[in-house]
Amino acid sequence: MTTTEIQFDSETLALVNNMMKRYPEGKHKSALIPVLHIAQAEFGGWLSVPTMDYVASVMNLKPIEVYEVASFYSMFNMHPVGKCLIEVCRTSSCWLRGAEDVIDHIEKRLNIRVGETSADGMFTLKAVECLGSCGTAPMMQVGADYHENLTIEKVDTLLEKFKDENKQSRYC
Amino acid sequence: MSKKLLLKNDHIEGIHTLPIYRANGGYSVLEKALKTMSPEAILEEVKTSGLRGRGGAGFPTGLKWSFLAKPEGVPRYLVCNADESEPGTLKDRYLMERHPHILIEGMIVSSFALGAKTSYIYIRGEYFYIARILEIAIKEAYEAGFLGKNIQGSGYDLDLYVQVGAGAYICGEETALLESLEGKRGNPRIKPPFPAIAGLYGCPTVVNNVETIAAVVPILEMGGAEYAKIGTEKSTGTKLISASGHINKPGVYEIELGIPVEEFIYSEEYCGGISGGKKLKAVVAGGSSVPILPAELILKTSAGEPRMMSYESLGDGGFLTGTMLGSGGFIVMDEDTSIVKNLYTFARFYHHESCGQCSPCREGTGWMEKILLKILDGRGDMKDIDLLWDIQSKIEGKTICPLGEAAAWPVAAAIRHFRSEFEEYIQYPEKIRDIKHYYRLQETATA
Ligand SMILES: Cc1cc2nc3c(=O)[nH]c(=O)nc-3n(C[C@H](O)[C@H](O)[C@H](O)COP(=O)(O)O)c2cc1C
Ligand code: SF4
Ligand code: FES
Repeated sequence: MTTTEIQFDSETLALVNNMMKRYPEGKHKSALIPVLHIAQAEFGGWLSVPTMDYVASVMNLKPIEVYEVASFYSMFNMHPVGKCLIEVCRTSSCWLRGAEDVIDHIEKRLNIRVGETSADGMFTLKAVECLGSCGTAPMMQVGADYHENLTIEKVDTLLEKFKDENKQSRYC
Repeated sequence: MSKKLLLKNDHIEGIHTLPIYRANGGYSVLEKALKTMSPEAILEEVKTSGLRGRGGAGFPTGLKWSFLAKPEGVPRYLVCNADESEPGTLKDRYLMERHPHILIEGMIVSSFALGAKTSYIYIRGEYFYIARILEIAIKEAYEAGFLGKNIQGSGYDLDLYVQVGAGAYICGEETALLESLEGKRGNPRIKPPFPAIAGLYGCPTVVNNVETIAAVVPILEMGGAEYAKIGTEKSTGTKLISASGHINKPGVYEIELGIPVEEFIYSEEYCGGISGGKKLKAVVAGGSSVPILPAELILKTSAGEPRMMSYESLGDGGFLTGTMLGSGGFIVMDEDTSIVKNLYTFARFYHHESCGQCSPCREGTGWMEKILLKILDGRGDMKDIDLLWDIQSKIEGKTICPLGEAAAWPVAAAIRHFRSEFEEYIQYPEKIRDIKHYYRLQETATA
């Protein structure tokens, strides 16, 4: 695997510069979270120190301002993750409708435990808190997509699909 | 009889697009408000309507708006709270996904009433696909001249932006939300000053829930007085309820406030009864933060009166025998549910979501999670129940923001109403070994 060059292409850079203009004079730091989302999606699905430093330089912020924000929010991965990040909700409503069976099944299928990445680097499994899908529980999020009313069969079909597509999951 | 205001067009294909929304009367309130009403007149209608904030606390919206400071030459902001992360709550998602234009129309007339020239919709990061839907709808609104400069020739200018978060329940708390919108960690601010005086970028700001802002549209359409006739005296209008758990028809329902809880749970129009024909054991009526009630207390008050879906009836009896309407996240549990384990999922949630600024919340949530884990793991001691009680009582009222209370109340209520279940777990640990996946508890606790 080669290391991705940490540099937005000109189109993304234009988008980022535009984003910073949404806010009043001198308040462009407001764009930090949206920009971190883009950086995470562009540079391998997680926020390495060089990635955060790059964001700091693009936004004219101190690196520490970026680190402290990145580490606060659960959607920002501070460690490498598999190509496909599977996030299964484990909170009450999903638990009541079988979220643990879903998690169990994925663990067995992929031969990993919650928090781990499969040996081939394809999948990371994460248990997350309520995603506002309690009425269609159990559910999981992969990239921007919600997969709801899960059954074991549905999970199997989805895992096959992700494997075939071999795409990096991204929120944006 | 059901009464629908926000979801009245739910069955119409394509209602998320501007042409179809307009063909069904959409944006007529905006034209009426901007052309024929003053900001003061709009505020009066909202006050008269009796609308209470739909984000959880139920604070009167008109009153909140009237607190907004209006210093000369300082911008004011309206920020829509679309963070929706309270477990059990999915109604804002439903509304924004299917009816983005009612929120946008509500944002425009509310911003006009408050004198805001720039407004933001702060949406939780996980709802990225809904942020897209909103952005497309906002673009349509700009193209139709409902946003931007000189809206519909009224001389009023407004820019509206969608801002995504990145996964943090605490960013639903309004001052944490503002911090996050400023590009910082979501640490709640010490109040006062309240956002009405010093909010976004230190300027006067109103923060309102998605449903609250959307409700301004039907209020202006029918007039505040007509709106106030719907529902009950203290709970006017309609409310979106997110129904989940062991019911036949989970989903989002718009109810007229004041219908019986029993009707909501058992009628075909709403939840359709308990799944598998089982008996009802307990309900968390307003999102994870509100006290859980056993079947007999959710269906009837301690005085034996039927319990209604309203702020006052759900609150009847205080926390001893009542609960709260909260965000309207209605979680139903059948007779086989483990209350202790359900509580554990909440305790783990609050520990995970505490921002860590105040020691009673940061430490207390961690301890409550650990002790519940110990009990579920078959290593509990009778003294642990008292210890849990002691910890929760030491969080309440001693923190910067209400997340502390939100974490404490579910623990207190579960012990209050289901103490014997905790005792059983401690006395007969072999029983809980039957619970599937108990091994998982250890590993998630250490993770
Ligand atoms: C921990 C915590 C989380 C909250 N989460 C939300 C939320 O997700 N959505 C929301 O509208 N209000 C939430 N609130 C309430 C807000 O602080 C605020 O009261 C609300 O947005 C005001 O809007 P309303 O008056 O229209 O209800 C939360 C409060 C706390 C303490
Ligand atoms: S109560 Fe908890 S979440 Fe709220 S400010 Fe204190 S530590 Fe943070
Ligand atoms: S509890 Fe899983 S989505 Fe709400």
